[in-house]
Amino acid sequence: MNPLDFSGVFSRADRLVDGVWLTAQISLAAMVFALAIGVLAAVLSLSGNRLLRLPVFAYVEVIRNTPFIVQVFLIYFGLPALGLRLDPVSAAILAMSIYGGAYTSEIIRAGIQSINRGQIEAGRALGMSPLTIFRHVVLKPALASVFPSLVAQFILLLLSSSVVSAISVAELTSVGNDIQGLTLRNMEVYLIIALIYVALVAALKGGMTVLERLLFPFKFLRR
Amino acid sequence: MFQQFSLNHVYFMLTGLGWTIGLAAIALIGGSIAGSVLTLMRVSANPVLSRIAQVYIFVVQGTPLLVTLFIAYFGSTYLGFTVAPLTAIAVAFSFYAAAFLGDIWRGAIQSVPVGQREGAHALGLSGADTMRHIIIPQAIRIATPPTVGFFVQLIKNTSLASVVGIVELTRTAQIVSNATFKPLEVYLTAALFYFLVCFPITLFSRRLEKRLSV
Repeated sequence: MNPLDFSGVFSRADRLVDGVWLTAQISLAAMVFALAIGVLAAVLSLSGNRLLRLPVFAYVEVIRNTPFIVQVFLIYFGLPALGLRLDPVSAAILAMSIYGGAYTSEIIRAGIQSINRGQIEAGRALGMSPLTIFRHVVLKPALASVFPSLVAQFILLLLSSSVVSAISVAELTSVGNDIQGLTLRNMEVYLIIALIYVALVAALKGGMTVLERLLFPFKFLRR
Repeated sequence: MFQQFSLNHVYFMLTGLGWTIGLAAIALIGGSIAGSVLTLMRVSANPVLSRIAQVYIFVVQGTPLLVTLFIAYFGSTYLGFTVAPLTAIAVAFSFYAAAFLGDIWRGAIQSVPVGQREGAHALGLSGADTMRHIIIPQAIRIATPPTVGFFVQLIKNTSLASVVGIVELTRTAQIVSNATFKPLEVYLTAALFYFLVCFPITLFSRRLEKRLSV
């Protein structure tokens, strides 16, 4: 067992920073799109219309019961056969958004279902438009109540971004693979990479706690 | 020349599916053993043991599985073990599963009402007997649906073993895709196989949940 030597990894810190930056970018983009898909899918699946509910059900179940890496390969290698050729970063963001959206929609649906119907009736009695009721009486309290589950899901989405290294997106894991190839210091590289991911997760958790206080101050009122 | 995507390729992918299920089963068994230890550490009165388990769960859940697999793959040789890659990966999956199962089971044990523990204490049961005869039987009921659900996650996540060269379903799909140059058809077939295995388990988990909650 050789002593660990981190010098080869630390001298390439600039590349690690680039990797972290791309990981952050694709993950944040995917979180935003996943949230949008999730809200839309949740609303459709709660609508009374079977024609709208069924495709959403199929989407959620297919995505949740197949591996993410196969979805990535289908989008990056499979879609060109249908005439849609994406660059690796776009393919990665698309795959992560579709994947995250399926899980997010289930969380948001649970949140919307937890809203008391009396609240909606009260909104109507106050003369609010349906859109205002949806935004302020349904969606915002729903997101507030399921926020912890959403954060847990976003953390999984951040971690799943490492998988897109398999289609040569130069994010953190991919940078690690490159440094590993150059230095042959595989243990050192992946220990550092793992540590950076743990730090990123901690940072995301911390950021989300702040965001929760800013977006939903009413959750923290003392009664 | 490229080969035609044929039934022979599908058979080849079915052997890969066998390895996928085998790997997931090993991870579930290994993860259950390590996860039980982790759960007991987490709920023990000893703050040091509980803290160690907490940090372990935080670190493993905060590391991408792919990076964990790389560490196991290179780490086993680094530490001087001469083991087959498959063994190293199976061990890594067990450690990964332990972190999640430990968390699920801790939640189940803690959701058993305090009154149960107090009742057992009033009846003069020892701490170990309370755990064995009162808490754990009730916790198992609560823990079963999420554990079955996690097994689906395990089956799907064994697909990442393809990146370090384990010939399971996803790897066989890659091989067939390279040989036939029909990625769309091949990966759709692989996705269908995964779905046919995972979806029934998902439905089963949901039925358990419904039955146990009434």
